[in-house]
Amino acid sequence: MNSVAFVVIAILTLAAALAAASLQKLIHAALCFAAAFVGVAAFYFLLGAEFVGLVQVFVYVGAVAVLIVFTILLTRRDAERERGFHWSGALIALAIFAGLLWAIVRTSGLSVAAPWIAPLTVRQIGEALMTDYVWPLQCLGLVLTAALIGALVLVMEEKG
Amino acid sequence: MSRFLDQIFVLAKQRLLSQLTDAPDWVGQTVSSLLNISALLVVFLSLFALISVLERKILARIQNRIGPNRVGPFGLLQPAADGIKMLIKEDIVPLRADKVMHFLAPILMAATAILALGVIPYGRNMTPFAIDGGILFFFAIGSTTELSVFMAGWGSNNKFSMLGAMRAIAQMISYELPLIITVLPVVMVAGSLRPDAIVAAQGGYSLGIVPRWFVFTPWGAAAFILFFISGLVESNRTPFDVPEGESEIVAGHMTEYSGFKYATFFLAEYFGMFAISGLAVTLFLGGWHAPLPILEFVPSYAWFFAKLSVLLFVFIWIRGTLPRTRVDQVMSFAWKFMLPMAFACLLAAAVWHYEGRAFAGWLWSLGVIALVYFALSRILETGRKFAPRTYRFAE
Repeated sequence: MNSVAFVVIAILTLAAALAAASLQKLIHAALCFAAAFVGVAAFYFLLGAEFVGLVQVFVYVGAVAVLIVFTILLTRRDAERERGFHWSGALIALAIFAGLLWAIVRTSGLSVAAPWIAPLTVRQIGEALMTDYVWPLQCLGLVLTAALIGALVLVMEEKG
Repeated sequence: MSRFLDQIFVLAKQRLLSQLTDAPDWVGQTVSSLLNISALLVVFLSLFALISVLERKILARIQNRIGPNRVGPFGLLQPAADGIKMLIKEDIVPLRADKVMHFLAPILMAATAILALGVIPYGRNMTPFAIDGGILFFFAIGSTTELSVFMAGWGSNNKFSMLGAMRAIAQMISYELPLIITVLPVVMVAGSLRPDAIVAAQGGYSLGIVPRWFVFTPWGAAAFILFFISGLVESNRTPFDVPEGESEIVAGHMTEYSGFKYATFFLAEYFGMFAISGLAVTLFLGGWHAPLPILEFVPSYAWFFAKLSVLLFVFIWIRGTLPRTRVDQVMSFAWKFMLPMAFACLLAAAVWHYEGRAFAGWLWSLGVIALVYFALSRILETGRKFAPRTYRFAE
C-alpha cells in the first residue's frame, strides 16, 4: 500500500516539477511548482511527519507560491521573446546534480529498510521548540520581524 | 436510548464495516474513508441546497418581500430548479482566456472547501478525519484558496476579473492573520491542535449550569467576534464582498464564468462558509456539547448542527442589513484594529490561565481586553479626518 502510494506521489511530483521547469508560460510554471510543493507535502505525510507536511502546504503553497505568482504578475510579460538554451545554466544544474549524486553515493548509513519510529505529535515538537531550541527559535523570530519591518520601511519611503 | 441515538451513525458505519472483516486491511481502510467522504458530501450538499433557498427566503423577509414560493411547497424545490437551470446553461469561455486555468479554478476552489470540512468534529466520535494537527490542516487547506482565486482572475483574461482577484487575495491575506491569531488562544488553553481535544476541553459546566465554552470567557468572546468577522471576509460575504462588488467590478473573479462553473464557485463559497462556521462552533461554542446539563439527552450532532444553523442565520442576517464597505476601509480595519485586538486576546488568555482559570482570572482578562480596546479606539479616533478623498490612480 505504502510503496504504491510512494510511486504514485513520486510520479506526480516529478511530473509537476518537470512541467514547472519546461513550460513556456511562466504563470503555468509557477502553478506547477505549487503542485510539486503539494507532492513534497504528501511525501511528508507518507513518512508520518504530519506537522512538517502541513507546514509545507501552509508556507509553500499558501505563501511562497502566491508570492511567486505576484512577482510574475508585477514584472513585464515577455512571453513572445524567444528563450534560448543557456549553456551556463545547464552546466550549473549538471554540477549540482553531480555533487548531490556524489554525496548520496558516499553516504553509508542509507539502509533501505528504515526502522519504524512512532510519528511525532505536535505537542512533542512544541515542547522541543520551547525547551532545547528556544534560542534558535527566538533568533529566527527576530530575523523575520526585522525583515517585516524592513519591507514596511521600503514601502513607506516611496510615499514620503 | 439517548446513548444509542447519539451513536447511531457510528454504529451504522461499524455494522457496514463488519461485513468486510475477511477482506485485507487496506480495503477496510479505503471503504471506511469512502463512507466518511460520502456522508460528508451528502450532508453538506443537502445543507447547501437548503441554505440557498433559505437565504433567499430570509433576505426576502428582511426586505419585506415573500421570496421564492413557486416551485414545490414553500418554494423548497427551488434548488432543484436552479441546479437544472445551471446545468443546461451555455458554458461560455472567453476566446483569449487561458483555457486550462479557467477550467481548473472552480474545481480547485470547491475541492479545497470540501477538504476543510473533513477535520471538524460533528458529534461524539464523529470526526471524519481525526488528524493530530487538524486546526493547522484547516488553515493550510484554506490558504490554497488564494491560488484558485488568482487562477480564476488570471485565466479569464479580463480586467474586472483580475482586479477582483487582486482585491480578494489582498483581503484574504490580510484577514488570515487575525483569523489564525484568534485561534491561538484556544489552542494554547486546550493544549492541542486536535479539534476533538479542543471540544473535550470545553465539556462540563461551571457552577452546575454555565457550560465551559470558551465564548463565555472575556478573551473567548472577543476572539469569537474577531474570528467571525475574519470569517465573513474569508468567505467573501457582505459587508466584505468587495472582491465581487457588482457596482464596481461586475462580479470580480467570477465575471467570465457562467453555467455550472459559476455554480461551482457558488458552492465553494457556501462550503467555505460552512467550514468557517463549523470551526467557530468547534473552537468557541463548545462543539457538540449541550448548553445545559438537562439537555444532554439530545444527540450531540443535533447540537452541532443547531449551533451551525444559528451562525449561518447570522451570516444571512448581516447580509440583509449591512451595506458593502469600501476597499480601503476593509484593509485598514484589518491591520489597525483586528490585528492588535487579536494579540490582546492572546495576552488575555494567558492572564486568564495563570490566574487559575477562575473568577479572578475572568476579571483580569476582561480588564486586558477592555484596556486594549479603549486604547485602540482612542488612538484610531485621533487619526480620523473627514477630508475629501484623494484618488491616486483614478483621475
